[in-house]
Amino acid sequence: MEFFHDVNIDFLGKKWYFLAFSLIFSVAGVCSMLFWHGIPWGLDFRGGTQVDIKFSHPPNYSAISADMDRVGLHNKKIQRFGQTSNNEVLVDLDVRETSAQALDRGKTTIISALESNAPAGKIDLNNASSLTIKNYLMDKDPMHVGTDADQKYTAQAQAIVNYRDNVQGGVLSSLDQLKNSTADPAAVASLNDGFFLSDFGVRNVAIVGPEVGGQLRQQAGLATLYSLVGMLVYLGFRFEWIYGVAAVVTVFHDTLITVGAFSLTNTEISLTVIAAILTLIGYSNNDTIVVFDRIRENIKLMRREKLSEIVNRSINQTLSRTILTAGLTFLTVLALFLFGGEVLHGFSLALVIGILIGTYSSIAIAAPILVAYQDWRIQKGKRPVAMPAKTK
Amino acid sequence: MNKNFLWKLGLILATLLFFLFGIFGIPHSLSGAGLLTAITDHIHLGLDLKGGTHLILQVQVNDAVNVDAQNAIEVLKQQLNSHKIDFSDVSQPEPQNNPDHILVKGVQASARTDLLGIVEDRLPEYQITGGADNSWNLSMKPTMLTDLKTKAVTQAIETIRNRIDQLGVSEPTIQEHGLGQYQILVQLPGVDDPARVKDIMQSTAMLEIKQSLGGPYPSEQAALQDKGGILPADAILLPGHSMPGAEGEGEGQAWYLVSRVSAVTGKDLRDAQPSRDQNGQPSVSFTLTGEGGQRFYNFTSAHVGDSLAVVLDNKVQEVANIKEPIRDRGEISGGRMSEQQSKDLSMILRSGALPAGIKYLEERTVGPSLGTDSIRAGVRAAVAGMLAVLIFMLIYYRGAGINADVALILNLIILLGFMGYFEAVLTLPGIAGVILTVGMGVDSNVLIFERIREELRNGKTPPSAVDQGFSHAWVTIVDTHVTTIVSAAILFLFGTGPVKGFAVTLTFGLLANLFTAVFVSRFIFDWILSRKQRGEALSI
Repeated sequence: MEFFHDVNIDFLGKKWYFLAFSLIFSVAGVCSMLFWHGIPWGLDFRGGTQVDIKFSHPPNYSAISADMDRVGLHNKKIQRFGQTSNNEVLVDLDVRETSAQALDRGKTTIISALESNAPAGKIDLNNASSLTIKNYLMDKDPMHVGTDADQKYTAQAQAIVNYRDNVQGGVLSSLDQLKNSTADPAAVASLNDGFFLSDFGVRNVAIVGPEVGGQLRQQAGLATLYSLVGMLVYLGFRFEWIYGVAAVVTVFHDTLITVGAFSLTNTEISLTVIAAILTLIGYSNNDTIVVFDRIRENIKLMRREKLSEIVNRSINQTLSRTILTAGLTFLTVLALFLFGGEVLHGFSLALVIGILIGTYSSIAIAAPILVAYQDWRIQKGKRPVAMPAKTK
Repeated sequence: MNKNFLWKLGLILATLLFFLFGIFGIPHSLSGAGLLTAITDHIHLGLDLKGGTHLILQVQVNDAVNVDAQNAIEVLKQQLNSHKIDFSDVSQPEPQNNPDHILVKGVQASARTDLLGIVEDRLPEYQITGGADNSWNLSMKPTMLTDLKTKAVTQAIETIRNRIDQLGVSEPTIQEHGLGQYQILVQLPGVDDPARVKDIMQSTAMLEIKQSLGGPYPSEQAALQDKGGILPADAILLPGHSMPGAEGEGEGQAWYLVSRVSAVTGKDLRDAQPSRDQNGQPSVSFTLTGEGGQRFYNFTSAHVGDSLAVVLDNKVQEVANIKEPIRDRGEISGGRMSEQQSKDLSMILRSGALPAGIKYLEERTVGPSLGTDSIRAGVRAAVAGMLAVLIFMLIYYRGAGINADVALILNLIILLGFMGYFEAVLTLPGIAGVILTVGMGVDSNVLIFERIREELRNGKTPPSAVDQGFSHAWVTIVDTHVTTIVSAAILFLFGTGPVKGFAVTLTFGLLANLFTAVFVSRFIFDWILSRKQRGEALSI
């Protein structure tokens, strides 16, 4: 099977279309960053409190919001998390609501607001840690164990928590459900006296203080910058400096468009998204290098031809590989996007966009820059820059 | 079969076994469950997959500097007095921002030599400048200051580790967090309710035993009135619990006047254990070291009949009468301790005091249910992506597709084996890294195969096409791998937790890919070619 056989497309001839296409997307992205959504930094970078709550029934957003207002949490955002059937809600508190002195105040306030109808003196089993359960069991001693009570009840508490978290997905709707767990029936029965079940469980808490966010933002920027400089140096060393410049401009273009897409869709940029962007820098560079390698090889073989001719030929020769690799990587990333779950959503979105753009840009941006530079040198009456002789 | 061939086959099989061992070890049983436990024993899951708490805290190093500076001020005053040098004031002008800065006022220029001599002899870590207006500036030498701060962080890590070890958290990570200044990263797998752990870590538990000079007073004003409006210079007022059992005083605060100097401090403790006081209430009993015991004996002998105050974190916990000299035993009670509190307090006292306060900067808790879901989703995506690629390669390259698939699977085994051997942590982004490695790893195969096809089209024979294909593609493969590893390395240096896990899998995956896509794949081609007749076509 073969998709591309003896293709000969004049890619360089279409460079103005490419330029227009890239400009439209870059400018749209930059405009969105400047005037519309800004850069939608995620919690990691802006600081704040984020609590992921799973309900045992479809959540009532206005009721949740009212509960929060009642306890004085006003700067908040409540949104669905993942599929509707998950009954999961993400509550975001502004960094202003995140006290630097008691970092977890927002979290505890949220939980107590939602537990507002708790029976007095009872503990919420859906949000109890295994330690709390163990201490309770030690106190009650329903199994009448003599020695090793600590050890035995730790195991019981663990069994109860495991059943709640791993089998029931974090929320129990009735204490009777625990009868199916591996915990001792006597221990389970004793829970009735001291525990009640709220209609939610907290699955994930992230609290980032104000200092950390700024620090991370700076580091993400630096990491991206160092990555680009690393490429520039390596390519300058392996090829000629103009190749490095072309590759870096290309990668910058990809990064800009990807971040722009996040801004346009108002999707949060978390730490993992930055990781995805850095991966893209590597990936897009891969693609560019494959084309450059071919150009370098062809320059030695086709000494009489014009550079634009050589570049076109090189792109066409590697086109089959470019499309195949991009397609296959895209397949795997698509699998991540579809099946990888909500936590990886931003990460896989960045890769889905980035792989499309990264593949496009090595053909549409990197190669034309090389040719344009060469033409410019000739126009100024200089000799075209010596093409790389080193191939090893 | 020639010797070269056998040698390569041996190497590939040995690699396969070596890395399989890295993933599974020697499993107890070959059943599905047995293999699964074998894997989880060898491949460590990150906090985001198994649940737990991740904390970043900052050591308030200025606290430690402040302690040192206050000590220096005392020394300085004492020395100036004993050298009979007049001064009007020794103080820290900016204890918040420049805690190491000490200002000495009112020392005549004629005493300059003596003053410099005192600083040089008794405070070698300080440098002194100035002299204008008879005021002198002392500040800590920069290297000393850095030393002091670094030491505070190391000591805080040590103390926190002691405390967490005693709590019985398994496999905690406590290390300096290189990203920020004076920050410590604490990871506690399996802890999904960090409140208690945080309290215990944060507690400075500064224990002091001082002489009680008066109290309890209902308010600060009352204490002042009692002392005629002026407090003695060597005494301070500290808040405390009201006397237990006193009717009508409830939970309200009481104030005590205590001596500024301490007879013994937490540093003099040898051991502390939870116990019960004479009323059967939970308390903490402690024993002192030999030297501390001697000091305590001297103090109690000199003050029989007076009262002593047990002060914890600048709060008077208990006041007791000294009936007879005490050598090395004591008890902290009062304040209505619960049993858990007495256990925690004794544990904190045993683990040593924090050299400076700590502040939490970041807290993340992943519930185990989310981790389970993430693993499920990650594995599902990995399997789906992997299958899609494997099947596509088979269809597109037919015979050579098998070759690529073998290389890819081997790549995955080596990657996971690497993780097992290096005890690298598999995070959710790490799983994504594995998937991405599959996608990018197949690139090398595609590069090589496309090149071979091209060479075949140009009329080369299969053996020479394979040879040319590999040698041409090799240059490109090296370039692409190096650049990707560069960005992965930068990620590793800058990233934390999950992101670091991603960088690790990506790097290992790419390294493994160099071996599988080039060496193994080449070997399979050579093997196929050696079994073919001259001129027979290659399935690619």
